[in-house]
Amino acid sequence: MHIPDGFIDAPTSAAYGAVAVAGVGYAVRRASAEVDDQVVPLAGLCAAFVFAGQMLNFPVALGTSGHLLGGVLAAVLVGPWLGAIAIAVVLLVQSLFADGGLTALGLNITNMAIVGALLGYLLFRLVLRVLPARLGSVPAAAGTAALVTVPLAAASFVLQFAVGGTVDLPLGGVTGAMLGVHVLIGIGEAFITAATVSLVVATRPDLVYGARHLLERAPLEIRGAAGVQAGGAAISGAAVTGKVDA
Amino acid sequence: MTDVTTPLPPDGAADAAGPAGRPAGRSNRLFLVAGLFVALVLAAFVSGFASSSPDGLEKVAEDQGFLEQGRDHAFADWPIADYAVSGIGNERVAGGLAGVIGVTITFVVGGALVLAVTRLRPRPNRG
Repeated sequence: MHIPDGFIDAPTSAAYGAVAVAGVGYAVRRASAEVDDQVVPLAGLCAAFVFAGQMLNFPVALGTSGHLLGGVLAAVLVGPWLGAIAIAVVLLVQSLFADGGLTALGLNITNMAIVGALLGYLLFRLVLRVLPARLGSVPAAAGTAALVTVPLAAASFVLQFAVGGTVDLPLGGVTGAMLGVHVLIGIGEAFITAATVSLVVATRPDLVYGARHLLERAPLEIRGAAGVQAGGAAISGAAVTGKVDA
Repeated sequence: MTDVTTPLPPDGAADAAGPAGRPAGRSNRLFLVAGLFVALVLAAFVSGFASSSPDGLEKVAEDQGFLEQGRDHAFADWPIADYAVSGIGNERVAGGLAGVIGVTITFVVGGALVLAVTRLRPRPNRG
């Protein structure tokens, strides 16, 4: 998924560079309004984990491999704004490893941070809305969003290629090939994303940005399920003792 | 009443934790250490078992005939180019070491940038 230098012409690359700067700049503004110092190392960890994940190419079909893009994973764990920043950091550091062209940085940040993390998070929230409002829905929604986001990132490349590809090719062939293989890679992405989110939700649900609104609601759910008499009595009893203790 | 209060140890625990969440900070450290450990193990060891086939885009570029449009990376001669530390004969060691370097740089750079982002915010209540 990392576009090297030369696939897309200079004007298009420059325009996408501007898109990337605007997108990441907006993410920085939004993130600065909502993050505190505690989240700083978590965002670093998230970026480091995605860097590691992107090294792990898994085989798909016919001598082809894919790897985690990590946009949805990062966005669900630390939020869409920090998630997009984390992916942009990963892409910057990967330049040191000669992965992804320098002139293509804007193209790659657009595909993986803006489409991958920001649009991916939007999809995650949409899927979460139709699932039951409990923690168990979070990994499922993250996996589903990841599944869809990878072909969307591939479609974003096809658009870039259509606008500024350095060779004239029938777009139908490129589109079909890109979408076909990235649907398969999306399955791997969905699996890794759901498994990782599931692990963090199981151990530290309070650290999962995309699960926070469910944690606030969780006590209400338990009380409702506790039901009629005994549960209600126990809770009111606890409330009274709590007051006495205080 | 005692029967009701005994099955509620979280009551006391919650009091100890308090709304300020001090102990949460400490267990964040545990989470961070564990997470970084996993990331380092993945980059250092598991990466050696990764598929070396071309990735989706590279394969499509090859099949559709635009792979040769790609130019060498500006940093292609760097000592960590292509996720291999140059001068190390063993491929797995060279790749694993590159992975550890990458994970470390990403953690530090990511953390530093996000720290800078948090400093952008005006903070009326903190010194």
